[in-house]
Amino acid sequence: MEVFLVSLLNGLVYGMLLFMLASGLTLILSMMGVLNFAHASAYMLGAYFAFTISQHIGFWPALVLAPLLCGLIGAAIEMYGLRRVHRNGHIAELLFTFGLALIIEKVVQMTWGLIPVPYRIPEGLDFPLFTVYGTQFPAYRAFMLLISALMFAAIWLGLTRTRIGLIIQAALTHPDMVGALGHNVPRVFTTVFAAGTALAGLAGVIGGNYQVTEPAMAFTMGPIVFVVVVVGGLGSLTGCFVASLLMGLIQTFAVVLDYSLADLLKWFGLTVTSTTPFHEVLTVPLPRIGALLPYILLVLILVFRPRGLMGTRET
Amino acid sequence: MSTDATQRAAQGAALAPNGYVGFARRYWLWLAGIAAALLVPWLFFDWGTHRHSGFVLTMLSEIGLMSVFALSFNMQMGQAGLLSFGHAILFGLGGYVTAHTLNAIKAGSMWLPTELVPLAGGVGGLIFGAAFGYVATKQRATAFAMITMGLGELVAACALMFMGFFGGEGGISTDRVIDTSLFGIPYSSSWQVYCLVVAWTAIAAILMRLQTQTPLGRMANACRDNFERAQFVGYDPRMVRFYQFALSGFFAGIGGALYVLVYEIVTFDTVAAAKSATALLATYIGGAGTFFGPVLGTIVVVLLQSGVSLLSNAWLLYVGVLFIIMVMYAPGGMMGIVAQHAPIARIGRLGELVVPYVRLLAPGLLAVLGFVLLVELASFITIGAAQGKDFKIGRVVIDPHAALPWVAAAAALLGAGLWLRLESRLFRIRWDALIADAKAKGAML
Repeated sequence: MEVFLVSLLNGLVYGMLLFMLASGLTLILSMMGVLNFAHASAYMLGAYFAFTISQHIGFWPALVLAPLLCGLIGAAIEMYGLRRVHRNGHIAELLFTFGLALIIEKVVQMTWGLIPVPYRIPEGLDFPLFTVYGTQFPAYRAFMLLISALMFAAIWLGLTRTRIGLIIQAALTHPDMVGALGHNVPRVFTTVFAAGTALAGLAGVIGGNYQVTEPAMAFTMGPIVFVVVVVGGLGSLTGCFVASLLMGLIQTFAVVLDYSLADLLKWFGLTVTSTTPFHEVLTVPLPRIGALLPYILLVLILVFRPRGLMGTRET
Repeated sequence: MSTDATQRAAQGAALAPNGYVGFARRYWLWLAGIAAALLVPWLFFDWGTHRHSGFVLTMLSEIGLMSVFALSFNMQMGQAGLLSFGHAILFGLGGYVTAHTLNAIKAGSMWLPTELVPLAGGVGGLIFGAAFGYVATKQRATAFAMITMGLGELVAACALMFMGFFGGEGGISTDRVIDTSLFGIPYSSSWQVYCLVVAWTAIAAILMRLQTQTPLGRMANACRDNFERAQFVGYDPRMVRFYQFALSGFFAGIGGALYVLVYEIVTFDTVAAAKSATALLATYIGGAGTFFGPVLGTIVVVLLQSGVSLLSNAWLLYVGVLFIIMVMYAPGGMMGIVAQHAPIARIGRLGELVVPYVRLLAPGLLAVLGFVLLVELASFITIGAAQGKDFKIGRVVIDPHAALPWVAAAAALLGAGLWLRLESRLFRIRWDALIADAKAKGAML
């Protein structure tokens, strides 16, 4: 029970962090058809910007400034890069963002160094909020939950209650029709791309000190976010939300449940010894398989249910 | 594009005289490539110690085996329009199979001539290609790319998890001196292995070239360009994708086997995402639309990798920037740029482009210089400082913390950029005029 509750809370925190990243990506992917490899790079940039800004002015200004900077970079990428490449098709756009992700990683390495930077939790939030069965729950995680919940509410209201939100929703499913109705679809694209990048930057600001701020963080986070987007399904924010929480919970619970396939077989009266075929596969404990689960899920979903959990069309 | 090539090859065959001359005229690029591969090491031969330069041989071997890998990648991307982000798993798994085969031969539990060991890697790649291909080729386009990415991450994670087959972080070491050569060659020196690599690179490249002319290769093109129509004609695009994927696994496995023969070790790096990215970068920089594009791209990437990485920490950045420039301005890659000159060459006015090119060269070089200087300054402040190195050009030590080098580099980049813009506009006018002339004379194909 104790382990369950703590893991549930941690899974929620991680899942909400994933959602901040994945929501922007899913909007970009469903609207523009661009599988944005540089999305996780914006997450990394957000963390590094926040590190530098919090060294000079403090954490709270960084919470606002770093996402804004990321959003500006995103707008520039869309206007001066993606639009030009768009003529050559989706694969070219994908390759463009892939190259961009490579370059951003190298630039980060050259600006901030190869080793992780000491980006820490702000002192005002560095205390245990409450205690569950003797395990302390840090206030900063609650703060992360709060920020991501606020952001979820803001996106939800923005998409369903504002005029631009309605246009975006329409452009998700029928971009050509929206253009035909006289809306400036390229500008909507730029807005969505910039907003998505800014969200990823915000996720970086609050996630960089929760995890580790290092040059490899984009390439470790990137594939997981793709998995979330695919599992959630194209064109569905709700699906994305569910998939993010699912992924967060899967990854946290996999770490604490120390079982293997051999234990499962024991239930059926089969014992695994070193002479059993594939004994190496059968005795791997779940915490080590945990890292594999998202990718297994990704492959299975794409093969058997390409529209994801709640998607409106196929990937 | 490949239709053009065959048509032209057919015309060439009709015009060319028979016999050796005709053969040499038709396949001059292949012959020149093999001759260059065998002659270049002698330029670096140390006549004093009677030894080949180990660095050069390793680099050329790397070019050879990576060419096979990139060509097999292009069997999917260029020919079938399947963008894979996990192609290295076929390369790496072929390598692991080869390493285990070599160890088994050494232990005496099986027998295979050393010359045919790459086939073991190829068969390994083919089997894994069939297994993964069965899953991945159920989809196409973006979904295919994401499945291959997932498979790539899976295999890379497994490589660190299962000690028995992958050997964990240490990888699998092996010994290529197994005394089973058909020609009595021990393969103890790197020159002997290099000759084996050249031979297998040539064999694999020729087979892949021939494969493009088989019905399967043609149908792969058809499914890439219009899979619905291919389906309508009566082919199953999924099976075409599957066979193409599995075959490309065979050749990637040969590449992996050559890797093992050269380095005598295979680690999880060979299946990792970075290796897949190298094939993608090389293929796209060289040009995915032509057969030799990936080879050209591999030469550029490996030269940058082994040459520039000695001097600079930022070689991957240069490759990345080159890649982005290609994606944005020259989707056909370097071979595509060359091919665009063909109509102008056909009307015999290629010479008129020499002066415009020279005028582009000056600002271009200056811009590259400014950019490289900026990158190196930035890299020496952080990474270089951490490694305790000084930034030297010749004997002059440059202090990256001083303002002057930064200002000079930025000014060079900015000024050259503006100048380049002006010159490229003039170049464009000249180019358009020549192309218009070529069109008028009917030299466009």
